[in-house]
Amino acid sequence: MEKHNTHGHDAHESHGGSMKSYVIGFLFSIVLTIIPLVVVLNDLLNKTATTVLILVMAVLQFAVQLIFFMHIKDEKKPRFNLMALIFGLVILLTIVAGSIWIMTYNTVAS
Amino acid sequence: MAHAVSTSAGAHGGHDAGQGGGHHGDHHDQESLKMFGFWLFLITDVILFGTLFATFVVLRFNTAAGPTPAELIELQGIIISTFILLTSSFTSGIAVLEMNKGNKRGLILWLAITALLGASFVYLEVTEFMHLVHEGAAIGTSAYWSAFFTLVGTHGLHVSLGLVWMIALMLQLSRRGITPVTKRKVNIISLYWHFLDVVWIFVFTIVYLMGVM
Repeated sequence: MEKHNTHGHDAHESHGGSMKSYVIGFLFSIVLTIIPLVVVLNDLLNKTATTVLILVMAVLQFAVQLIFFMHIKDEKKPRFNLMALIFGLVILLTIVAGSIWIMTYNTVAS
Repeated sequence: MAHAVSTSAGAHGGHDAGQGGGHHGDHHDQESLKMFGFWLFLITDVILFGTLFATFVVLRFNTAAGPTPAELIELQGIIISTFILLTSSFTSGIAVLEMNKGNKRGLILWLAITALLGASFVYLEVTEFMHLVHEGAAIGTSAYWSAFFTLVGTHGLHVSLGLVWMIALMLQLSRRGITPVTKRKVNIISLYWHFLDVVWIFVFTIVYLMGVM
């Protein structure tokens, strides 16, 4: 993304990803959606294995969108966008994992 | 932080100083700073969805003897909307490519396709919600359904907002053409759209796939 701003006026030059990288990203995201679907719909694995597998697929899908579509790797140093993202993910994991951890020991009501 | 950013952007501006001159360099600093600002917004949105996901996961068994997700969720429609949103993420990327080629018509066309796919996604979601309410799972039925409608509905609202924004941007593009400012706006909305796709993947995985397991 930063690349557009960097080069600015000398347009017509391809930057910020090419058609090829978008197509590869799209194919990846399709495959990463179909795998969990097939596994869940056909009960191929036990519950724990399925949960782990589909979560891993979702995280990979996130990485594909970030790299092929959001061009996080193209950012010039210093990578403030990436740093902000990592900071956000740390907070995200703290909130989600923390909530689950706390509430697991609070199952009296259920 | 802000100082550091403008310094770095200054370094970027240095690249085109040879051809563009000082004024343009300043302009690009502004635009790249705005991109960074949008990333910060996305981070706050990550945190917003994080709290909603945390709530949902914690309340996933609290159906209060009412309808359960396994009984009511129909995966077929969800699979269709997932592929619609995935495709729209791709088409918004093509719009950016067309923009970089300087093709205004192509840009508006692909944005329109993206918006159309987004609208069908919202339509399918509204239909699904109406079906759920009809089956007796409204937002007040149980803690589970409250968390469900809040999480999925917040994502749907984001998509709807993105649609309004995209239509406004298409109008602006048709009037002003591709300028550094409209360029930045297209880059930002495509970033937003990819982000919503990522959020949906997690909704799809955690709410729907795990809900029917």
